[in-house]
Amino acid sequence: MTGYWFLDHLWLVPLLPFIGFIVTGLFLGSSARRTSAWTAIAAVGLSAVCGWGAAFEYFSEFNGEALVTFEFPWIEFSSSLTGNAGILADRISILLVLVVTTISFLIHVYSQGYMHGDRGYRRFFAFMNLFTFSMLGLVLSSSILEIFVFWELVGLSSFLLIGFYWERPAAVAACKKAFIVTRFADLGFLIGLLVLSYHAGSFDFRELNSPDTINHLAGITAPFFGCSILTLSALLVFAGAAGKSAMFPLHIWLPDAMEGPTPVSALIHAATMVVAGVYLVARLFPMFSATTAGIDLVMWTGAFTCLFAALIAITQVDIKRVLAFSTLSQIGYMMLALGVASMDESLGYTASMFHLTTHACFKALLFLCAGSVIHAVHSNDVRDMGGLRKKMPITHFTFLIACLAIAGVPPLSGFFSKDEILAAALHSGEYAVFAIAATAAGLTAFYMFRIYLLTFWNAPQDKQRYDQAHESPLSMTFPLVVLAVPSALLGIVPFSDFVHISELEHHATNWMVVGVSTTLGLCGIALAFLFYFKPNQWPARFAFAFSGIYKLVFRKFYIDELYIFITHKIIFRSISRPLNWFDRHIIDGFMDLTAQSARRLGAWLRKTATGGAQVYLLWSIAGAGVTMLALHILGAGIVVVALSGVGAAAVTVFIFQFTLQLLNKSEPLKRIEID
Amino acid sequence: MGLLSLIVSIPFIALLVILSIPAKYSDRIKWIALIATFIDLCLSVLLVIGYLGKIGFSGALPSPGVALNLEYVEKIAWLEPLGIEYFMGVDGISVLMIFLTAVVIFCGVCASWNHAHRTKEFFAFLLLLVTGVFGVFAANDLFLFFLFYELSVLPMYLLIGIWGTGPKEYSAMKLTLMLMGGSALIIVGILVLYFQSGASTFSFSEIAQAGIPESTQYWLFPVMFIGFGTLGGLWPFHTWSPDGHSSAPTAVSMLHAGVLMKLGGYGCLKTIYLMPHGAMMWATFFMVLTTVNIFYGALVAIQKTDLKYITAYSSVSHCGLVLFGLCALNWTAFQGAMVQMFAHGLMTALFFALVGMIYKRTHTRLISEMSGLLKVMPFLGVSYMIGGLAGLGLPGLAGFIAEIQVFVGAFSDASISHRIMVILAAASVVTTAVYILRALTRMLYGPMQNPEHEKIKDATFVEKVPLALLVFLLALAGIFPGWMIRMIAYSLTPIFSNLEHASLLTQM
Repeated sequence: MTGYWFLDHLWLVPLLPFIGFIVTGLFLGSSARRTSAWTAIAAVGLSAVCGWGAAFEYFSEFNGEALVTFEFPWIEFSSSLTGNAGILADRISILLVLVVTTISFLIHVYSQGYMHGDRGYRRFFAFMNLFTFSMLGLVLSSSILEIFVFWELVGLSSFLLIGFYWERPAAVAACKKAFIVTRFADLGFLIGLLVLSYHAGSFDFRELNSPDTINHLAGITAPFFGCSILTLSALLVFAGAAGKSAMFPLHIWLPDAMEGPTPVSALIHAATMVVAGVYLVARLFPMFSATTAGIDLVMWTGAFTCLFAALIAITQVDIKRVLAFSTLSQIGYMMLALGVASMDESLGYTASMFHLTTHACFKALLFLCAGSVIHAVHSNDVRDMGGLRKKMPITHFTFLIACLAIAGVPPLSGFFSKDEILAAALHSGEYAVFAIAATAAGLTAFYMFRIYLLTFWNAPQDKQRYDQAHESPLSMTFPLVVLAVPSALLGIVPFSDFVHISELEHHATNWMVVGVSTTLGLCGIALAFLFYFKPNQWPARFAFAFSGIYKLVFRKFYIDELYIFITHKIIFRSISRPLNWFDRHIIDGFMDLTAQSARRLGAWLRKTATGGAQVYLLWSIAGAGVTMLALHILGAGIVVVALSGVGAAAVTVFIFQFTLQLLNKSEPLKRIEID
Repeated sequence: MGLLSLIVSIPFIALLVILSIPAKYSDRIKWIALIATFIDLCLSVLLVIGYLGKIGFSGALPSPGVALNLEYVEKIAWLEPLGIEYFMGVDGISVLMIFLTAVVIFCGVCASWNHAHRTKEFFAFLLLLVTGVFGVFAANDLFLFFLFYELSVLPMYLLIGIWGTGPKEYSAMKLTLMLMGGSALIIVGILVLYFQSGASTFSFSEIAQAGIPESTQYWLFPVMFIGFGTLGGLWPFHTWSPDGHSSAPTAVSMLHAGVLMKLGGYGCLKTIYLMPHGAMMWATFFMVLTTVNIFYGALVAIQKTDLKYITAYSSVSHCGLVLFGLCALNWTAFQGAMVQMFAHGLMTALFFALVGMIYKRTHTRLISEMSGLLKVMPFLGVSYMIGGLAGLGLPGLAGFIAEIQVFVGAFSDASISHRIMVILAAASVVTTAVYILRALTRMLYGPMQNPEHEKIKDATFVEKVPLALLVFLLALAGIFPGWMIRMIAYSLTPIFSNLEHASLLTQM
């Protein structure tokens, strides 16, 4: 107990959306459209109020302490190991609470207009509440077991919402893919959790992050991997984080996830859920930073994804997919920022959290603007748009702000956070990573302005769609305007005063970094203007000139095809199908054969039962005689002889029956009739 | 008459009443069956609450002994010269199983409400079957145990053979023969236990205390474990399950997969209790088999297109986890195995109930012939989804509590081979997700292709009751597992003191 109302009642923050979910999902009829929307909005709104209240109390009174304000034993594994569930308040969890509740609230308001007229209106709001609940539970978790629970629940909400239009085959395929790919990654997380629970003897984050535990784990060598248990568990947990944050090579589900409604893409697949992986690494940062292999993997995965996704984004024509690849690239930034940080030199850690926050604002804004455009022209394809600035002034203006922010143009929010990441990379001495990040910054500016210009400038491509286009209703434009404010101004907040893991040395502004990133960003923008401001032949010519590379990039480096090959050809065809055959024909065949042999034996023996009393008498006398004789000669060995005789007979019948079976002359057992 | 005898005898009394009613009053027969099972359900809830009251709702567990901590004991001498008693009594695990049985049979009766063919005989056999199942979980005398066990296996043959679908005679025969094969091993085991313990009693705890000679344990353990394992779906003795379950009528599949397969796990636990030395010697061997169970069941289920086969193979995989947890010979894994018995009982009953209801509407069980059904039957669809999610171990539903405990427990054995098996078993969570999502999305999602299906009506009230009850319990056990774990933990102490005692002896 802290004596502060909002902090003591922090459990209300996740609980309120859960109540919203239960009420809209179970107790309201599907005709109660308005009621369900307002219930959901109210639930998240109240949760946001509690979140802001708690943040205010926390940052003014408890800056830095990790408080567990509520805890109870959830699963008692044994007398020494208990899985607790609790609410943990520290710098990053409170920060994420602010991000999640605020953005979720705005997107709920937006959806109220966007989903208007949709059949599954109530279902949509119920699922959105479920997601908000799970995400808040995730960020406030006090133990790794608890975070795993909510980890799976956000996966479920993501599955349900991607498959929201469940009558569309593409949406069905996408939701299945998202669930299974992340599930596969979660297997790593699960095994990591098992390793940690055994070696650290606890699930609690405070315990896991304590220097004692880390030293203890670093001291044990993992069998047959040659690394320490600390490294092993960090790598395993990172597998889960990479899956959820769609890092290469587990990124394939995120672009397809755009099949969900646009507010879902904005909330789940841009602003909140996909950064859960970053959050998990940050949550276990003391553990990760103590292992070189672990933290390097985080860095290189982030750096690679950052560049790789930015390249693909250049070639895509679906506005939401461009944004999805952009999300991948930006999360790559966050990961690489964590990767270059260490406990002593933690600028990257702060930069990562900072970029997470600014990215949540401007990427949510970009998606909501895209939704507004899609709402107007009923198409996702930028080739159907063009010239929309006059039709949709508010959307155009806010989209421009977000584009400038993500492109890192000063003094918008993205400039500050991206700059901090670049500075962190440079200071840590990872020059290659710095180069990658800087290149990706230029590419980001280019692809963002590409879609901006194609959508709002250029010439209208589709006359009919253009004529129908109109600005969206107030419920949709209001969140756009509200989100545009932090997207533009968040950089001014002295973020590092609030969120840091160790004392930060104050570096003087590195003008070289500022110069490089701004120049590259402006170059990207200029190039985009050259190509896409007015209709011209340049993009097509370039695509033609580099047709080989263009196709490779456009097909997303054929990673999807590789996955399909592995799942369909190898797992389904080469493992599962033979096993199925094996089960039916070998194992079950053996059982059938046993039964048939018994029948065969019975059929033979029946022939001896002729009903003639003399024959029976003859048999018994002969039998008794043989037994006596054998007993006389063999003594007690008769038991062995008799048993082996019976066994030999059984085997003979069995083999006989099996031969019949092979020759296909056996009468199938399935025809046995019951009298 | 004690509470346990009451629970066991109510279905039997209802059976007698049903037999005395002419077959044409099928409505009355159904109502009698429903009321009887409902009373049993209420009594079993009382039993759970009463038992929790006895061990305390929270705080430390009361001091455990070496003998089973039995409550609600009833003991009447029966065949005195042989030391056979009518000995009823429950520990926490049997309380949980009795509760599960009561839930599943009540839901099964609701789910077969529209049963039209030979209603009287059907319900009579069903009640006879459930009498046996209740008896098994309440009995503490090996002889009585076996008697009830056979009582529950036999009606199955008729229920499947007469009221089944598809190649029902074949399936019924196969199921009965294989399970009888298992019983033959068990009866041999029981007789050996009786004579070898020297206690001239059939009582579990007395035999356990008297102890079985180590040399006997080494050969007898696998005999009994396979005997019970056959019923529990142990690979490679599982093949009766897919055929049997898919041919059986809805209520029978529910009861069989939901409860009877649990008898296998329950029996295996008792086997470990009685023969700790044998268990320690054979654990690794059976662990390999059960790992195959888990992984193999899930992989084969990916290939199946018949809903009942998918459910049956998922049962093979999930029941494999029960036996896997037992083979880990670890406290936490035991807890997980017992929770898995409860969780799997609920979810598989839910699945089979739903498959029956869906089949009644679509006249097919092949997922390739269904699509977009969520549109016309949202209630059934959502229930199926929740069942599926419980199956793939989604946190918040009972399956997860079981899985995580089994894995955490089994992982704490430091040997590499053990851990590889745990990792393999844990990897099945992915394959499970694949087959469950495949069935679920094919059947419920996508555009509706068969125009006939447009006319389908959603669940009626009688159908909603069992589904809602099962879903509620899955969520209850998944969100608040404490009461369950408490009951189980209290009953594991004698088994563990036996195991620890045995391992101390081995070390000496």
